[in-house]
Amino acid sequence: MWLKFEPRAEPSRLMTYLSPLLAVGLMFLSGLLLFYVLGKDPIEGFRVFFLYPMKDAYSIAELFLKATPLMLCAVGLSVGFKANVWNIGAEGQLLIGALAGGWVALRFEHSTSPFLLPAMILAGAVGGMLWAAIPAFLRTRFNANEILTSLMLVYVAELVVSWLVHGPWKDPDGFNFPQTKVFSAAATLPLMLAGTRVNIALLFALGALVAGWLFMNRSFLGYQMKVAGQAENAGRYAGFSARRSVWFGMLAGGAMAGIAGISEVAGPVGQITEKISPGYGFAAMIVAFVGRLSPIGILFSSLLMAILYVGGEQAQQYLSLPSSISKVFQGMLLFFLLGSDVFINFRPRFVRRRK
Amino acid sequence: MGLDFLSSILFATVVAGTPLIIVAVGELVTEKAGVLNLGAEGIMSVGAVAAFAVAHHTHNPLLGILAGMAAGMAMSLLFGISALTLMANQVASGLALSIFGVGFSAFVGKPYESVALASVPLVPIPLLHKIPVLGPALFHQQGLVYFSWALLGAVAWFLYRSKAGLILRAVGESPVSAHSIGYGVVRIRYQAVLFGGAMAGIGGAFMSVFYTPMWVEGMVAGRGWIALSLVVFATWRPLRVMIGAYLFGGCMIMQMFVQGSGARVTIPAQFLSALPYVATILVLVLISRNRGTIRLNSPASLGQTFLPDA
Repeated sequence: MWLKFEPRAEPSRLMTYLSPLLAVGLMFLSGLLLFYVLGKDPIEGFRVFFLYPMKDAYSIAELFLKATPLMLCAVGLSVGFKANVWNIGAEGQLLIGALAGGWVALRFEHSTSPFLLPAMILAGAVGGMLWAAIPAFLRTRFNANEILTSLMLVYVAELVVSWLVHGPWKDPDGFNFPQTKVFSAAATLPLMLAGTRVNIALLFALGALVAGWLFMNRSFLGYQMKVAGQAENAGRYAGFSARRSVWFGMLAGGAMAGIAGISEVAGPVGQITEKISPGYGFAAMIVAFVGRLSPIGILFSSLLMAILYVGGEQAQQYLSLPSSISKVFQGMLLFFLLGSDVFINFRPRFVRRRK
Repeated sequence: MGLDFLSSILFATVVAGTPLIIVAVGELVTEKAGVLNLGAEGIMSVGAVAAFAVAHHTHNPLLGILAGMAAGMAMSLLFGISALTLMANQVASGLALSIFGVGFSAFVGKPYESVALASVPLVPIPLLHKIPVLGPALFHQQGLVYFSWALLGAVAWFLYRSKAGLILRAVGESPVSAHSIGYGVVRIRYQAVLFGGAMAGIGGAFMSVFYTPMWVEGMVAGRGWIALSLVVFATWRPLRVMIGAYLFGGCMIMQMFVQGSGARVTIPAQFLSALPYVATILVLVLISRNRGTIRLNSPASLGQTFLPDA
């Protein structure tokens, strides 16, 4: 006997939605196994990693805080991914967005204008878009692979941040720490719930989900991009511009990542440092895939991803495991999802092995 | 600039280029079979940490290399299961491998971050290492440098002079035709993926056991991605990989060059560190500008899932 995959006549709608759940289930199981292998009590490990992040109202608020940048980046990326535009440099776009918005905050540090925050957020979006425009331009003008160029720009962006916080932008009264001045109150996003760290960036993220849904399902350009992604030739015959798909896909990702970046520095971080993002831009790709590139899916998967982030911190605190265990779970989740997706287009069947 | 300085610059360039050669040649074979594995960065990271751990515990760098290789193959097996057996999108599978590998290496490598490893003695080649300037730079090197040259020759021979290489390229150009005349496309692709993984693992091992020698989270620092770009730069020709790798190697040691040349200008260290990444982008643009070059040279089925029919 052996397992064979038979093509289905039509992709299974049911499996499209079940496969992320299957992937999460497999991740839970391997989590138990992983804790066992590490010599921890699997049940206890599971509790600390997956349940502690939801133990009280404050913890749940923290989840929403962490889910915010993930949601923003993921919804932006999903627009491109639908059209097979592989922007994998959201992390860099997030950083440049943080720098652009942060520049406004530092330049007008004494301003108390109510327009300061909107200006910062606009600058953040523009910064992210500019950084994403580079791979878009290189792809449409020179045919350079956007996967590699957008990723290379992540490293460049990290080095730009490092240069600024060690050099020109370093807080002169900061005891030589590589960080800028702390943003003024007028340049900090207002909190949504007193006693938590959740700020109004969550509203931007939810707004972005709605906008993303409208764009993908109710606009002609969104439709064109979907067609281009699913059937490139059909899109070309219909006269849909591939160039426009690339530009729009990249810029949407860049703008959202930029807003995520400025929301982090004008929110929980409060200043520009070298540690603005614990890899949100990369995790957002997983969020987008697990959320089936749909805004509603992304809402849930970003919260799940937030659990993985907070769970890592909990594991460090209570199980004395490195917090990078989060990334192990993130990678596993994506692998399991890709694997489970086989059931969408294929039917498993046990057949007798041919001699 | 003295001759000694020139020689040491050359030496450092070759050392910096070596992991790129090894990884890029492995990826080249994978891509020639029509499989795009974007997981090189993750494989290198896991290879680096596995090699470091084994070299640290056994005090034997050779065992370290073997461990790096084995870890690389295990990682690429994960990719194979996802992209070949379960027919998932190759781009997404490769990204998953990179994300997983970088995270996993950080996780398991934590205890090794403060550990030092004895540096491995260089291997002089008799007579040749006495040539002025070139001798100390090229022939009094790490053993893996010679390995990278042998690998280039072997892969070039394999791909263009052996029957198995011809079959592998046929699988990459037209998997359907290869399948219809009886070649096991999935099996051959698995072999190519495993070979690529083994080489990326050795490349990682070189980083942690020979080059630095230490383990720090994120030490691979994009070299896996640069190696992928190198394959494009080389337009899928093995010997051109070498030129590209040393070019990037030169970019990576620019810092040393600037310091040694005694130039008065102060350039922020970050700008010099950004150089290899910027150079990668420029090189990709230059090569890709001509669509014909890419279309002519890239394996026709690159990145496409092959569905073995029932």
